[in-house]
Amino acid sequence: MSWTKKILRVNLTEGSVNVEPLNMEWASQYIGQRGLATRYMFEETDPQCDALGPDNKLMFATGPLTGTMASTGGRYSVITKSPLTGAIACSNSGGFFGAELKSAGWDMIIFEGKSPSPVMLNIINDKVELLPADDLWGKSVWETDKLIHEKANDPQTRVAAVGRSAEAGCLYSAIINDLHRAAGRSGVGTVMASKNLKAVSVRGTKGVGNIKDPARFLASTSEQKQVLAENAVTGQGLPAMGTQVLMNVINEVGALPSRNMQDVQFSEANNISAEAMLEPRESDGKANLTTNAACFGCTIACGRISTIDKTHFSVENKPEYWGNSGGLEYEAAWAMGADTGVGDLDALTYTNFICNEDGMDPITFGATVAAAMELFEKGAITTEHTGGMELKFGSAEALTWCVDVVATGEGFGADLGLGSKRLCEKFGDPDLSMTVKGQEFPAYDPRGIQGMGLTYATSNRGACHLRSYTVASEVLGIPEKTDPLVTDGKAGLVKAFQDATAAVDSMGLCVFTTFAWTLDNMAPQIDAACEGDWTVDRLLEAGERIWNLEREYNNRAGLTGADDTLPPRLLKDAAKTGPAEGKVCGLDEMLPEYYGLRGWTTDGQLTDDVRQKFSLPA
Amino acid sequence: MLRSLNIDPEKCTGCLQCEMACSYENEGVFNPAKSRIKVFTFHDEGRFVPYTCTQCDEAWCLHACPVEAIKMNRETGAMEVSDSVCVGCKVCTIACPFGTVNYNQDTGKVVKCDLCGGDPKCATACPTDAITYVDANATGLDKMRAWAAKTDNAASA
Repeated sequence: MSWTKKILRVNLTEGSVNVEPLNMEWASQYIGQRGLATRYMFEETDPQCDALGPDNKLMFATGPLTGTMASTGGRYSVITKSPLTGAIACSNSGGFFGAELKSAGWDMIIFEGKSPSPVMLNIINDKVELLPADDLWGKSVWETDKLIHEKANDPQTRVAAVGRSAEAGCLYSAIINDLHRAAGRSGVGTVMASKNLKAVSVRGTKGVGNIKDPARFLASTSEQKQVLAENAVTGQGLPAMGTQVLMNVINEVGALPSRNMQDVQFSEANNISAEAMLEPRESDGKANLTTNAACFGCTIACGRISTIDKTHFSVENKPEYWGNSGGLEYEAAWAMGADTGVGDLDALTYTNFICNEDGMDPITFGATVAAAMELFEKGAITTEHTGGMELKFGSAEALTWCVDVVATGEGFGADLGLGSKRLCEKFGDPDLSMTVKGQEFPAYDPRGIQGMGLTYATSNRGACHLRSYTVASEVLGIPEKTDPLVTDGKAGLVKAFQDATAAVDSMGLCVFTTFAWTLDNMAPQIDAACEGDWTVDRLLEAGERIWNLEREYNNRAGLTGADDTLPPRLLKDAAKTGPAEGKVCGLDEMLPEYYGLRGWTTDGQLTDDVRQKFSLPA
Repeated sequence: MLRSLNIDPEKCTGCLQCEMACSYENEGVFNPAKSRIKVFTFHDEGRFVPYTCTQCDEAWCLHACPVEAIKMNRETGAMEVSDSVCVGCKVCTIACPFGTVNYNQDTGKVVKCDLCGGDPKCATACPTDAITYVDANATGLDKMRAWAAKTDNAASA
């Protein structure tokens, strides 16, 4: 139990809403959320379909622990085929939307087809209807959220929506829920807009109550919350500093890429760090950070709530941005800051607000601007293309201009909305795109943290840190310290992280718990909540099954081992400074061993042995 | 010793663990919609504020009830609603100046915080001590201590 065992199937072409039982055999193999929706995608879509065509499907999926008292149990994921990568996409979000969906009685929503005109889905428990959304089309996420709340006349309604960037076809648009939490990566918002689906609003008052062994569940969740509270990272570092606690740490390790990954350290890192967010500013004596904030059920509370300096050029004439909203996380601050060479904290906070307001992935946005800046430096992009704006590394004016034009897709914003791979191809220098499978790197240079090179190259959704966060081991020593500069042993480390993370992402929990928890801490919680014997071994097996099914989907979509690589810059140009000086990423020392550990062929294909071992569908 | 809930909004992160603990204790379901304690988010100000019944000594709800369904628990000081007596007239929800007595459509009765019989689950579940259950005579002690520290000139010299 703890699944509601019910899913909604919404056919946007026909305008129909149907209720189906959840496939419990699949739930027992794939848990929920990321794993379970991948199984549905595999069954119901052609991996070669056009990601932005009506044959692609869009799935909102919760996990069995979503909506319960397990710490961080408020997650949902959006699973679809990505228009940015052509691979399977799975973007995980917090906030309150996922728990509300579960509380309304639904494990999943499957959207299929394409609506002839803009619509939104309104869910109030069992009452589910598609409503016209012509009045919302053309509006930002924040405006859409406001209008839906005014109509619903219920402040507890939770909204997930796409902004103007998605409508304009930006390939890395996010789905934003609760104003500033994002199913952020791989363009899941672009898929949503391609179906003319503007928003999903949900109010759930049923709650989650079908716990297998309530007394054991309450005791176990309570015990595990204590583990989070007593851990230095989840109990102190993340609540006080957020993920931004990493900015200075990673810079010192020599793995903070700067200027489109030409450098591995950023001289102004401290100006855009967690420490800087706590400094009172001159104009009003307030710090950038107002408070930390939690997602549903989360006892870590790493979220940032921030304001922009009212006297800053980006907002001095825009009082609508003077209030509090979601502040900078590390990945966003890196991409929009270090990678573009911009050391202006208020400019970054402004671009972060706009990424939330109009639904863009700040990692891909920032890295694409960085690539555009390098193209500008080389003369491939000129002021003629930009209409006069000089796209210089380090220019806060250029950065804030870029976010405004991508938000609406106007002018050069349409080019920036392509992502760096297509942008660099268009302007004749494809090697300047810092991507794997078309998706931009996050904030760890694989020359300084070798395991992350293999992580990026083999991630099933293109470059991503959240598929196997070996930074935990290589930099922070969790669960045990490994040397970030060596490749030995990293294949096994990456595989172990990938499998465990796939299980975490499928339960309804947040991957940030893994700074303190292992599957040993999670198994007792899911076992008390759900039918079946959920041991660590079973969770790991499910995680490996999920990983292999994602890979199978991608192989059928046309991706091969040749796509498991990194841009030449990281394989050939050595790090210029810091502890990794002189190093390139030794991907070829890790990849063959990794394929071997996975039981795959030497060109990265699944074998029948693997398919049989995990009972993968044919 | 009488104890009361002491709420410090400064410490609240808006996680809703209190709402889940409350709804599970009282309704057997993790359901913020059925919680007797509520966390309010003031988005523009970046503030989260938990709010629930303060168990007034001269309780408006108790005095307004025409059937005497609300009585004080002598041990805990909580004003408790007797479901078998409550007729669902909702006069107490009008009388309460703070809005902390509410009607439950499913049962036809009113619901309010009863301090879980002296072991309030919201306080136990709160991860940041934004909600504590303390000596009713000394709910201001932490604030006094904080201000006392600020007025100690020697410490800042």
